[in-house]
Amino acid sequence: MAHITVTVDGTSYKGEVEPRKLLVHWLREDIGRVGTVVGCDTSNCGACTVLLNGRSVKSCSVLAVQADGSEVTTIQGLSDGNEWHPVQTAFKECHGLQCGYCTPGMVMATVDLLSENPTPSEQEIREGLEGNLCRCTGYHNIVKSVSYAADLMSAGPTKGAK
Amino acid sequence: MTAALDTDTALGKPIRRKEDAHLLHGQTNWTDNIQLPGTVHMAILRSPMAHAKITKLDVSGALKQPGVVAAYGAKELGELNGGVPCVWPVTDDIKMPAFPALAIDKVRQVGDCVAVVLATSVAAAVDALDAIEVSYEALPAVTDMEAALTSGSALVHDEIETNACYVYKMPCGDYEASRAKADVVVARRFINQRLIPTFMEPRSVVAAPMGMSDEITIWSSTQIPHILRVLLALVTGIPENNLRVVAPDVGGGFGGKLQCYREEILVTNLAKKLGRPVKWTETRSENMVATHHGRDQIQDIEIAATKDGKILGLKVTLLANMGAYLQIITPGVPLLGMFMYPAIYKMDSYDFTCTGVFTNKTPTDAYRGAGRPEATYAIERIIDELAAEIGMEPMELRKKNWITHEEFPYTTVAGLTYDTGNYEAATEKALAMFDYDGLRAEQARRRASGDPVQLGIGISTFTEMCGLAPSRTLGALKYVAGGWEHCTVRALPTGKIEVVTGTSPHGQGHETAWSQIASSILGVPVEDIEVIHSDTGRSPYGMDTYGSRSLAVGGQAIKAASERLVEKARVIAAHQLECSASDLEFINGSFHVKGDPSKSQALGAVAFEAFTAHNLPPGVEPTLQAEATIDPEDFSYPHGTHLAAMEVDTETGQVKLRKYVCVDDVGIQVNPMIVEGQVHGGVAQGIAQALFEGAEYDEDGNLLTASLADYLIPSAADLPSFDTGTTVTPSTSHPLGTKGVGEAGAIASTPAIINGIVDALRHLGVTDVAMPASPQTVWRTIQAAKAGAK
Repeated sequence: MAHITVTVDGTSYKGEVEPRKLLVHWLREDIGRVGTVVGCDTSNCGACTVLLNGRSVKSCSVLAVQADGSEVTTIQGLSDGNEWHPVQTAFKECHGLQCGYCTPGMVMATVDLLSENPTPSEQEIREGLEGNLCRCTGYHNIVKSVSYAADLMSAGPTKGAK
Repeated sequence: MTAALDTDTALGKPIRRKEDAHLLHGQTNWTDNIQLPGTVHMAILRSPMAHAKITKLDVSGALKQPGVVAAYGAKELGELNGGVPCVWPVTDDIKMPAFPALAIDKVRQVGDCVAVVLATSVAAAVDALDAIEVSYEALPAVTDMEAALTSGSALVHDEIETNACYVYKMPCGDYEASRAKADVVVARRFINQRLIPTFMEPRSVVAAPMGMSDEITIWSSTQIPHILRVLLALVTGIPENNLRVVAPDVGGGFGGKLQCYREEILVTNLAKKLGRPVKWTETRSENMVATHHGRDQIQDIEIAATKDGKILGLKVTLLANMGAYLQIITPGVPLLGMFMYPAIYKMDSYDFTCTGVFTNKTPTDAYRGAGRPEATYAIERIIDELAAEIGMEPMELRKKNWITHEEFPYTTVAGLTYDTGNYEAATEKALAMFDYDGLRAEQARRRASGDPVQLGIGISTFTEMCGLAPSRTLGALKYVAGGWEHCTVRALPTGKIEVVTGTSPHGQGHETAWSQIASSILGVPVEDIEVIHSDTGRSPYGMDTYGSRSLAVGGQAIKAASERLVEKARVIAAHQLECSASDLEFINGSFHVKGDPSKSQALGAVAFEAFTAHNLPPGVEPTLQAEATIDPEDFSYPHGTHLAAMEVDTETGQVKLRKYVCVDDVGIQVNPMIVEGQVHGGVAQGIAQALFEGAEYDEDGNLLTASLADYLIPSAADLPSFDTGTTVTPSTSHPLGTKGVGEAGAIASTPAIINGIVDALRHLGVTDVAMPASPQTVWRTIQAAKAGAK
């Protein structure tokens, strides 16, 4: 067992983990952050995407021990529940989700995409989200949501933005 | 007297979804999130062989592993090894072999359950699988349907002495007479390949004995909590009244969670046996082999017509792959398509034969559209082939044969009566949005110039039957349950409304849409309405969600219950206002005395009166609630016109979907934003069948596409945006005028794509392209056509 200390959504957690434990399983099973979900076992679907030190990662492809000393932001830490992050607002406004299972990863990947490229074209959005699979929306409204989020964020600090 | 639908209400507005707040903040309740004290986790030893005798199985080694609580093979499980039920014996002489949850003596598919280990953690349970001793003696795998039906084939089920599950025939009119009269007969074989539903949330089930009571609560990622409860009671012998089934947040289903799975049976029985919570969540790789598959038909289609394009008759001969076992409605899926091969076209005769075939593959069952995508694919493809054969423009051929809007209601050759439709209007709108004439001109230019990238235009003018289903029709088809739906509406003393539905939403947005229906009748704001569903403890009656039924059938029940509640309230309000009930008008949530605007009573005040019961009129029971159980009068028949512009690189086989236009007529739309989203998702899944997806097996019965790394569901980069439009021809057989939209896109889009690719390549001699139309497949098809032309 290894000792780790990880800050998740602003709270510092200490734990003992098996070295083989994936970050996503540690988040879900050990500290109860079940907002981040598992959709596959080959790192294809991206449902488990979180921010690790500000950059998006598939938390199924990171060992919990690798996250020692890091800051992790999940869908549950993106806003406080009362205030909405503009990406969350945009996904609701543009009907960018249906069943919602891919949504945690899709939203976190979008946050990273927009931090890297605040004004992406449709093609850049489509390629930027290539690692996140959705089975419900056909991506049409996800692409619209990302564009709308970019508009909201470029309009300056919007109401609801963290 | 009934409450009229007020047009100035929430009905028909693109209201943003109630469901989204919790989903967007990770405040979700997926089954796998449930962690009950004392839970043991189940891991499954699955067969790596498609067909083999189990020559040795010893689970004792697993019991010695850390954290292991129990381990079972079929022998150890004994009577608790329940059988997976099939509720649709389509013919009197159908062969229905046993499907034990844990394989007995023989495995029949890769992924068959052989043994289970229960341990205090998932990791411990999975680790302990390695300590089970198992050996197999390989048997020849049955993987090809036609070979399976030949004498001398290995048998999937020895005891039934054949691999033919059933033969179903439906002759309508005299096809041979039509054929004899015809100038042209076009015959094609289409392969509707095997697909894997691939909902994003893997299946998960938790069963827990509840304290000292006999109740067992089962949380399952299912589309059908109510049906599952009945089936689990029948299979396990646990009294139905002691079972409570809850479907918490469910992350998609597309038919794949319309099932009573072996894992659900095992978890339920083992929770009862061990007296503690048992949990199982599938990995994606397990999902690919153990969750039922869809489609998988060989379709021999023959169409007879005059040389000027009048369709006379249609003959459909199917081989439908059942897989290794029958699951809930495995045999019935092709029959849901049976009625739809004639589609929107008039003809004199139609001859249908389907043979269900056992193979050593994962069982098939419902997948988005269930039988109707197969039918639509075949008819829309053969129409294009007929058009090419007689040298007629394919849209003109369709127009010449479709049912015109004046002819509704129209009884088709297959015996269905379509209530309404307007194919002309939807088509005209789609053609305009698409710039059909402009693209045809570009196609001609490219063809003339010998451009290596050719343009093709794919057409699909589809209809479907949905809103499953009138119970008497289901009975006639030997389905063992009904197709009704239930709703209870309660006005709480604080003025809030509870709508209890027997449908089971799993991502569509029904909580929002149901609230809109109730709001439009009760005059209560959408945000004051709570929809309760998917818990047999809170919503006791229901037939759940599949077959685009939740609006078309469930919506009717909500409307009827809401109207009955208004009528009960009217009697109480009249008593409060000291007038006759017939003197009251109900407008925007309040009763008004006709001719005296000063006298009114809001529904909430009536609800409070009904709650206190201090001064109710004689004969009126306390509380303000009403219920309705509605059996639909008929199916509903959404239709539409889908058009695809396909660019095909004739040198590389690369296919690009340049433009996709669709106009769907789903009748009255409760929430057009949700309708559009359903169309997008369905269209994407249909396109994926045409271009990307296919469950591939090798000749030994190994699934080669057994992970998301190998089974190609499209990403955002693989698809374009879609141009969607609608026409509104209200259904007349459904009181809300709605039809259903969940499956429409997936039914319509597949043939549009393939017709477009074939249209781009027809001048090279190409008459068909196999699905999925990968660059390699398209390139090889072009080479074969060129070689054939030489």
